[in-house]
Amino acid sequence: MTTMTLLQAINDGLRTEMKNDDRVLVFGEDVGRNGGVFRATEGLQEEFGEERCFDTPLSECGIIGTAIGMAVYGLRPVPEIQFLDFIYPAFDQIVSEAAKMRYRSGGEYTCPMVVRSPYGGGIRGGHYHSQSAEAYFCHTPGLKVVIPSTPADAKGLLISSIRDEDPVLFLEPKRIYRTMKGEVPDGEHVVPLGKGRIVREGRDCTVVAWGAMIETCLKAAEAMEAEGRTIEIVDPRTLVPLDEELILESVKKTGRLVVVHEAPRTGGFGGEIAALAAEKAIAWLEGPVRRVTGFDTPFPYTLEGLYMPDPNRVVRGIQQTFDW
Amino acid sequence: MIDDALVRILNDRDSVPKGRLPDIGEEDLVRMLVEMVRIRVFDRRMLALQRQGRIGFYGPVTGQEGAIVGSASAAAEEDWIVPALREGGIAIMRGLPLVEAVAQLIGNALDRCKGRQMPCHYTWKPGRYVSMSSVIGTQISHATGLAMAVRHRGGSEAVLGFLGDGATSSNDFHAGLNFAAVRKAPVVFVCQNNQWSISVPFSKQTASGSVAAKAVAYGMPGVRVDGNDVLAVRAVMAEALSRARAGEGPTLVECLTYRRLGHSSSDDPSRYRDESEVERWEAKDPIARFRRFLENRGLWDDSRQEETEDRIAGEINRAIREAEAAGPVPEETLIQDVFETPDPRLVEHFRNTREGRT
Repeated sequence: MTTMTLLQAINDGLRTEMKNDDRVLVFGEDVGRNGGVFRATEGLQEEFGEERCFDTPLSECGIIGTAIGMAVYGLRPVPEIQFLDFIYPAFDQIVSEAAKMRYRSGGEYTCPMVVRSPYGGGIRGGHYHSQSAEAYFCHTPGLKVVIPSTPADAKGLLISSIRDEDPVLFLEPKRIYRTMKGEVPDGEHVVPLGKGRIVREGRDCTVVAWGAMIETCLKAAEAMEAEGRTIEIVDPRTLVPLDEELILESVKKTGRLVVVHEAPRTGGFGGEIAALAAEKAIAWLEGPVRRVTGFDTPFPYTLEGLYMPDPNRVVRGIQQTFDW
Repeated sequence: MIDDALVRILNDRDSVPKGRLPDIGEEDLVRMLVEMVRIRVFDRRMLALQRQGRIGFYGPVTGQEGAIVGSASAAAEEDWIVPALREGGIAIMRGLPLVEAVAQLIGNALDRCKGRQMPCHYTWKPGRYVSMSSVIGTQISHATGLAMAVRHRGGSEAVLGFLGDGATSSNDFHAGLNFAAVRKAPVVFVCQNNQWSISVPFSKQTASGSVAAKAVAYGMPGVRVDGNDVLAVRAVMAEALSRARAGEGPTLVECLTYRRLGHSSSDDPSRYRDESEVERWEAKDPIARFRRFLENRGLWDDSRQEETEDRIAGEINRAIREAEAAGPVPEETLIQDVFETPDPRLVEHFRNTREGRT
C-alpha cells in the first residue's frame, strides 16, 4: 500500500498495465513529453518510449478514430481527451463506431479501448473545462462508463477497463485529482466493472452519487447526523454496467432516495436511477425521490459555486424526502 | 504547381504504349478481368433482386470495377481493407463466400453480421475486410489507426483505406490523413472519385481541382489515376503500397471514375443530372476497355466472355437459392454482441418483453 492522490493512482494504473501488457498504448494531446496537462501520464514516455506514449495532432476525432483502428488490429489503446468538454468532435467516432463495432460485425470485430478524460466542475473552468457529460454516453449501447471516486478505485477500475474487451469511457473527477488521497495497493489491483460500493452505511436515506460528488455527499451525511438521521451513500462506480442490485437493496432498506450529480438535471443519469427505484422499489419508498443536480444551464464561470451541488443542497434534498 | 495529371496506362485505343506494361503475368491479367465481370454480374443480379423486393436496398458499383479490382489486386493477402460503400466486391475477391454476401443483403441467419446492418455493409475478418458504418469518412482514421498499429508491432502489412469523393469533406479525412502523415503510417488512402455524392457533384464538393491535390498540404504524395483503367490503378497502388511497406508513409490515390447508376436503389439520378454525362462515361467502361486490351493480346474473346458471365451468373444464382433458403435471424441475437458479456439489465428487459411484460 502506498498513499497516493487520485491523479497518482491513475498514473500508477497506467504504468502497471503498460508493464503488464505491451499492447497498451497511451496517447493524446500533450500526454507524451509534457506528461499531460494534469500530469496523469507523467513519466510514461520516459519509461516506455515514444512508441508507447506519444503526442498526437490536436484533433479529438483523429485521436479516437485512430484508437479504434488500433483496437481493431488488436492493440489496447488508452487515448486521453484533455477535457471531457472537448470530446464532441470524437462523439461520432465513439457512438457510431467504437460502441457499435462488435454488434455491427456480428462479433467479428471488437473495439477494446479506454477513453480517459477529466470531467466535472469546481476548478473555475467555465463552460468548456467543467462539464459532466456522462449521460450522453450512458445512452449509447455498447459503451461502458466508469467513474472512480477514490485513488484505490481509480487504479483498480482503470486496470479493469483496460483489460475489458469493450470500449470504456473512463471519467476522472478532476476537482479531486490532487485533493483526494488514499491508500492504493501496489502492483496488481483490480476493481471489477459493474460492482458499486457502499461508501457509508446508514438506515434512513440512500444517496446515490459518483465522482467528486461523493465527497460532497459525505459532508451532507455528517451534517444529517446532527438531526439524528443516518445516511447511506452508494457509489455505483460504473454507470454502465449499473449495479442495480446494490442500489435497490439500499433503497429498500432506507425507503428513501436522493440522487446527486453535477450534470444538468434534464436527461441526466439521476433520472435513470430515480426510474429504477420507481419501477422496482416503489413499495418500499416512504417519500419522493429527490434529485440534487446542476442546473439546466451551460456550466457557468463565476457562479459555479451556485451551480454545483454542495453539502447544504444535498442536506435539503435529503430533508425533502422526509418533509413533503 | 500541383501535378494532378491523370495517370493512364491504357491509351485511347486501349492498348499499352511501349514500355508501360506492368509486370503482371497473363494468368493474373485474365483473373483481374474475371473479378471485374463478377462484380458487374453481381451488381446486375442484386439490383434485380432489390426491384423484386427480395432485398431491401442495394448500392451499385457499375462502372467502378476498374478502381475496385485495380486497387485490391495490388494488395497482399495480409493487407487490411477498410472499406466505404462501394468496395463490397473486394470482400468477395478476398474469399467472402457469395452465399454469405447475398445473405448479408437479405439479412438472415447466414449473414455474418446477424442481420444487424443494411445491405452492402459486409464484414469479413478472414479477409481482413473491416466492418463499416454508414457514416461518411469515419473509416479513414480507422485505416490510419490500423496502420499505426502495424508500424508499432513491426508488421509488414499495409492498409488500404477507401473513401468516396464526398468523404474528402469530412473531419475524419483531415484527421486521418494528417495523423497518417505525421506518424508515417503504412496506409494508402484510395478515393473512388465517382464524381457524385448522391445528388451533389464533385464541383460542389470541393474547390480543389482534384482530390489528389489535397495530399500536398498533408505532406504526402497524391496521385490521380484513371479509375477506369484497371492496369493504371494497379500500378499506382503497387507503388503506393511498396512505399508504405518501406516505411515511407501514406499516399493519397484518387481513382477518377463515375457512378453510372443511382447512389443506391432508393435514388433516382434523373432528378439531378444529365443522361448525356452518363453516356459519355459508358463509353469509357472499365470492363470493355480492359477486355479490348486482353483481346488484342489474344488472351480473351467473345466466347470466353460469354462463358465467364454464364458461369458467374450460375454461381450467383446458386448462392441466391442457398441464401434465400436460410431462416430468419434468431430473436435471441437482438441482445448479443452489445458487449462481450451481456448486461444483466438488458437480459432482464428482453426476457420480460418476451414473457409479455415490459
